Amino acid sequence: MAAVATQPQFHVLAVDDSVLDRKLIERLLKTSSYQVTTVDSGSKALEFLGLQDENSEDAVSFSSHNQEVEVNLIITDYCMPGMTGYDLLKKVKESSSLRDIPVVIMSSENIPSRINRCMEEGADEFFLKPVQLSDVSRLKPHILKKSTKCEDLNQNKSGTTISSSTNNISGNR
Amino acid sequence: MDLSLLQRTYSDLLSSLFTEGILNQQFTELQQLQDENNPGFVYEVVSLFFDDAGRLINELGSNLNQQVVDYKKIDAHVHQLKGSSASIGAQRIRNVCQGFRDYCEANDPQGCFSCMQQLNQEFLTFKSKLETLFKVEQQIVASGGSVPMIQ
Repeated sequence: MAAVATQPQFHVLAVDDSVLDRKLIERLLKTSSYQVTTVDSGSKALEFLGLQDENSEDAVSFSSHNQEVEVNLIITDYCMPGMTGYDLLKKVKESSSLRDIPVVIMSSENIPSRINRCMEEGADEFFLKPVQLSDVSRLKPHILKKSTKCEDLNQNKSGTTISSSTNNISGNR
Repeated sequence: MDLSLLQRTYSDLLSSLFTEGILNQQFTELQQLQDENNPGFVYEVVSLFFDDAGRLINELGSNLNQQVVDYKKIDAHVHQLKGSSASIGAQRIRNVCQGFRDYCEANDPQGCFSCMQQLNQEFLTFKSKLETLFKVEQQIVASGGSVPMIQ
């Protein structure tokens, strides 16, 4: 008999250099029942995730503290000074510990080559700013897909071929 | 002051802001994010914009007055302002920024100056009207009334 469990809150890390946009994305996510952490740069995001940014002059290692903090999704602005959202995406996908975290890119500019570049690098979604509630409602499947993928991998240890499904790419507006 | 009069004033003000294109649908999105748990959300975000935009516009002014104009720097500021104005639904400001970026790209000083003037004007208008709107809203709330939602 399954006990009724409290719905776990998923934790989203939001990255944006604009204080206004950070406030907005935070409210959008909290309204949609996510737990939210906001940071104002890619390097701070990496610090929070427990990765050192070797280019950052004031990098402080949070790794022991942050191994406890689970991040279920990263949503980042594309255009940021220093490390862009694309750079952050690359670093996340290159990291063995972080690569399974879905990454969503936000941008105020609708540039197809930019969108393609991000999707090719492994971004799960591309949102045009200003981001709206209807966009945020598209996040859950990506978070859940990651959990399902882990379950599938466990079930298929016997060596049967796993056919990977392509990510749903929808960034057109 | 009579509550229903206050509410009518608020509705009329808000409607005209949309009709005049000063605000667009994005502002409505912000209002929908405001609730009993976050009653000051729109006010907070718009206040942030007042500060942010005010600062950027000052920067733009001084950058344009340099001996040698750095169009890349100006474009970067305008891009920021365009983004934040779009985020709160400040449509006219956002549109001026769009044109401003085109003039930056063309390294056109006259075009840039013209946009700068428009920007100053639009920002003043925007600030003044939104401040009035918030004042009326405060009066409604103080009278124990509810703030009318725009259809």
